Amino acid sequence: MAAITSSLGRMLDSDLFWSFRHSPVTVISAVVALICILGAVLAPLIAPHDPFDVATLNLIDAFKPPAWAAEGDATYPLGSDDQGRDVLSAIMYGARVSLLVGFCAVLFSMVVGVGIGLLAGYAGGAVDGVLMRIADIQLTFPNILIALLVDGIARAALPADVHDRVALFVVIFAIGISAWPQFARTVRGSTLVERNKEYVLAARVIGISQLRIMLTHVLPNVLGPVLVIATLGLSNAIISEATLSYLGAGVPQTQPSLGTLIRIGNDFLFSGEWWIAIFPGLALIAMVLSVNLLGDWLRDALNPRLR
Amino acid sequence: MSPLLEVRDLRVEFPTRRGVLTALDGVSFSIAPGEVLGVVGESGAGKSMTGAAIIGLLEPPGRIAGGQILLNGKRIDNLRYDQMRRIRGREIGAIFQDPLTTLNPLYTVGDQLVETIQTHLGLDVAEARKRAVGWLEMVGIPAAAQRIDSYPHEFSGGMRQRVVIALALCAEPKLIVADEPTTALDVSIQAQVIALLKGLARDKGTSMMLVTHDMGVIAETADRVAVMYAGRIAEIGPVREVVKHPKHPYSAGLMASIPPLDRRVDHLAQIDGAMPRLSAIPRGCAFNPRCPEVFARCLVERPALLATGATEAACWLYDPVSEKHAPEAMRHG
Amino acid sequence: MAETPILEVDDLARSFDVSRPWLQRVLAGEGKRILRAVDGISFAIPRGTTLSLVGESGCGKSTVARLVVGLYPPSRGRVVFEGLELERARAIAEQRRRMQMIFQDPYASLNPRWRVKDIVAEPIRAFGMTPSAAAQQAKVAELLTQVGLSPLDGEKFPHEFSGGQRQRISIARALSSNPDFLVCDEPTSALDVSVQAQILNLMKDLQARLGLTYLFISHNLAVVRQVSDRIGVMYLGRLVELAPAETLFTTPRHPYTRALMEAIPDLEMTGRQRIPVGGEVPSPISPPSGCPFHPRCPLADDRCKAERPVLLPARGTEASLTACHAVEEGRDGGVPAAQRVGTTAIAL
Repeated sequence: MAAITSSLGRMLDSDLFWSFRHSPVTVISAVVALICILGAVLAPLIAPHDPFDVATLNLIDAFKPPAWAAEGDATYPLGSDDQGRDVLSAIMYGARVSLLVGFCAVLFSMVVGVGIGLLAGYAGGAVDGVLMRIADIQLTFPNILIALLVDGIARAALPADVHDRVALFVVIFAIGISAWPQFARTVRGSTLVERNKEYVLAARVIGISQLRIMLTHVLPNVLGPVLVIATLGLSNAIISEATLSYLGAGVPQTQPSLGTLIRIGNDFLFSGEWWIAIFPGLALIAMVLSVNLLGDWLRDALNPRLR
Repeated sequence: MSPLLEVRDLRVEFPTRRGVLTALDGVSFSIAPGEVLGVVGESGAGKSMTGAAIIGLLEPPGRIAGGQILLNGKRIDNLRYDQMRRIRGREIGAIFQDPLTTLNPLYTVGDQLVETIQTHLGLDVAEARKRAVGWLEMVGIPAAAQRIDSYPHEFSGGMRQRVVIALALCAEPKLIVADEPTTALDVSIQAQVIALLKGLARDKGTSMMLVTHDMGVIAETADRVAVMYAGRIAEIGPVREVVKHPKHPYSAGLMASIPPLDRRVDHLAQIDGAMPRLSAIPRGCAFNPRCPEVFARCLVERPALLATGATEAACWLYDPVSEKHAPEAMRHG
Repeated sequence: MAETPILEVDDLARSFDVSRPWLQRVLAGEGKRILRAVDGISFAIPRGTTLSLVGESGCGKSTVARLVVGLYPPSRGRVVFEGLELERARAIAEQRRRMQMIFQDPYASLNPRWRVKDIVAEPIRAFGMTPSAAAQQAKVAELLTQVGLSPLDGEKFPHEFSGGQRQRISIARALSSNPDFLVCDEPTSALDVSVQAQILNLMKDLQARLGLTYLFISHNLAVVRQVSDRIGVMYLGRLVELAPAETLFTTPRHPYTRALMEAIPDLEMTGRQRIPVGGEVPSPISPPSGCPFHPRCPLADDRCKAERPVLLPARGTEASLTACHAVEEGRDGGVPAAQRVGTTAIAL
C-alpha cells in the first residue's frame, strides 16, 4: 500500500505530469479522449438504445432529426437513421469497433515493428540491411493501399462465410501490417545508439547472452519514442479503419464502425438528413484530434532537447 | 588604470518548476586591459556560465537577476539582443570548446572571416579578404591563401580551433572570453594553441578571460586566477600565489589533489564528497560540508571575499573577529 | 623463476573497415578504406601489477582494451589469459568471471532503468555465485560499502548519483564477480580532479587489498605515473616505448614520449619556454611509411621514412624498450642528463 502511494506520489510529482498540467490543450484533449473511450467501452451500459436489437427498431421512428430541431424527439438526442436506429447509440457502438480495431492494429504493428527494429539495430550487417530495405520498400506505398491490398487478398482467398467471421481480424491485420515500418525504423535508430553504450559493453564483458542484453538492457531504453509513435499511430489506425469501412472494404456491415456509419449517412446527406453522417463524422474528428494532440504533447514532453 | 571589464555582484538564476535555482551568486571581479584572468573550477561551479553571462549568451531560461557587468565603464548586462550582438565580435570575442558550434558548416572559412571583418570594421571585400588571409597566417594555418576557401569540415580539430581563434580576433576586440578552448584537443595540439593564444594576447594587448578546468593551462597562461565553487568565487588572486600558496581550504584541496608528474605518491590528497547540486547549496559557506577547517560560523554565515595577503578568499578563517583562524601553514603557504 | 603473466598479448592487430557504402564507393571509383586501429603490439602483465597504455586520441589504446576483454576479435595476433587463448578462456564462465572492465563515461556505463542493486548484482547472477537472494543482497551491500557507498544506495537509480559516485558503482559491479584482472579504460578522465583523486586512491587500495592486476588506459601522464608499474606509450596503433614507470619519467627515450612530456603545461611556473611539437597526428587510414612518427620527429632520417622500427632495449637504459632507429643508432644524444624535475600536471 505504501509502495503504491509513493509511486503515485512520484508520478504526480514527475516532470511529465507537470508538463501535462501546464498545457491546457493537452488537458482538454485528454478529457475528450477519455469521454470517447468511456462512451465506447461502456456503450452497452449507458447507450440509450441497442441499435442491433431488431426488436426495438421501428421504421416509424426513421429519419427523426436531432432533439433540438422542430420535429425532434427526446428519445433520439442526435436523431435517428433510415431504419429508426438512434444515431447517438450507433456512434457509441461504432466507436467501440473503431477503437478496438485501432488499439489492436497499433499493438500488432508495435510488436512486429519493435521486434524487427531491435533485431536489425542490434544485429547490424546483412540482417539490418535486408530488414530495413523491406521497410523502405513498404514505406513507398501509402498505408491505405497496403491495407486495401491485404483486405482484397483475404476476400478473394477466403470463402464468404469464413471471411465474415474473421473480417475484424483481417482489418486489424491489414492496418497493423501497414504501420510497422515506422516503429521498426525508430527502434532501430535508438538501438544503434544504445548498443554501443558502455552499459551494454559491460554486460557483454560479463558474457550475458545477446538475446538477454537485447531484452533486458536495450529494449527498456528504446521504448520512450515508441510510446509517442503508438499514440500517433492510434489516430492513424482509426482513420485507416474509417477509410476502409467508408470504401466498404472494412469491418462487416453487422458491426458498423464510425466509418460505416458515415458511409451509410452519406446517402442521405443531400436529401436533408444531414445528422446521420455529420455526427459520426464529428465523433471521429474528436477522437482522432484528441489522440493526436496527446501524442504531440508526449513527443515534446519526452524530448529532452525541447524541455 | 581603470578596468576593461568589471563584474559586480553578478547573480544568475534559473527558474524551474521546483523553484528558482541560483547558478551564480555574488560574483565580482575585474579584468585590466591586457590582463589574462583564469577562471577555474569543477564542472557545475559556474565558470562557463560566468563567461556566457558576460557575452550575453545565457541559455534560457537562465537570466541575470542582479548585479552589473561593465565594459569600459558602460553597462552591458541590460542591453537588447541586437545591441549586444554588435558588442560581441567588435568588443568581445568568444572562443568555445567545440569549434563546430562557432563555425557555420555551410560557409567557407573565408566567407565567415570576411563577413565578420566587414560587419565590424566596415572595410570593402578585397581589403577584408586580405586581412582574413593575414589572420589565418597569424594563427598558423599553413598555405592560408589557399585554405581560406575551404569549409570548416576540411580542417582538422586543432586547425579548426585556430580558425575559431582567428574569427574571435579578426574584429580586434578588446576582450576575449575563451571557454575551455583547449579541452577538446590532444595534449600536443593543446600546447600549440595555448602558445598561440598567449602570444596573440600579448602582442595585441588583448585582455582575456580564460575559463578552464585545467590548472596547468591557467598556470601557463593567466596573470590572475579566480577559483569558483558552487556558483561563487572562493578565491581570487595572482596565479602564482593561488597555485603555490592557496588560502581557501577549497583551492588548497584542489591544488593538492592534482596528481604530480614528477613523483609517485602513495595516497593522493582528496576532497571527500562532491560539489552540492544547485538545488541543495548549504547555508553559510557552500564548502562547509567538505571543509577540513569548518567551524560554527561557516554553518550560518556566508563569507565575503576577505584579504589574505596576496589573494582574497571567501573564508571566515581570514576574518579577525572569527573564533578560529587559518593555521600557520595556510596563512603563509 | 618468475610465474607466468596473467595476460600476454602477442603481435595484436585490429583493423576496421570504414569504407563508404558499396554503391557510393563504386560510383566514386574509390577503394576500401581500412583503419588500422592497432597494428602489431605485444606486451605482458605480471600478476598483481599495473600496466598502463598512454597516448593521444586515436592512438588505439581503447581498442587494445576492448580486444583484451574480447569485445572485438583481433585481426591478427593473439591474447593469452592465464595461459589460455582468449577465445577459449572466454568460453569458460569460471575464466570469464576473472576479467572485468571499468569504463570511461560514468553517465553511459550504468543502465539508467536499473536500480543500483541490480546493476551491481548482474555479474553475481550471471555467474550463479550466490545460493540465495539473501546472500546476494548481503554481497551487494558489502560491495557498495567496499567502494565507499552506503548499502541503502542500492535502492536508488543511477541518475541520483554524481559522476564520482557512479564510477564507484561501476567499480562495485566489476568487483562483484571476484575478478583477478581489471581493464580500466580512462576511468577518471570524465571526472573532476578532486573526485579523480578519490577514485585513483580507491583503485590503489583495492589493488593492494585484493591483489588485482590492472590494464590501465589513459591519456593523462600524471595519472598514469601514480598507478603504474610499467607504461606503454602508443602512437598510431603501435607501441613506441615500453618501460618501467620510473624509468619512463626520469629518462624518456623515444622522441614522441619526450614530446608528450614537453607538451604538458607546467604548474610550477618555472617560466620555462616550451617548444611544442609541430604538426598533428596523421590519419590511421593512411599512416606514414616506416616509423609513424617520422613526419613530426626532429631526429628523422631516410631510414626512419623507409623502415619500420621494432621495440628494442634502449642504449643506456636497457629496461626501456624503444621503437626508434635514432635511439638504436645513438643519434638521440644518448640518455638525457637531467630531465626536468619539479613539473606537475595537468587536467583538473
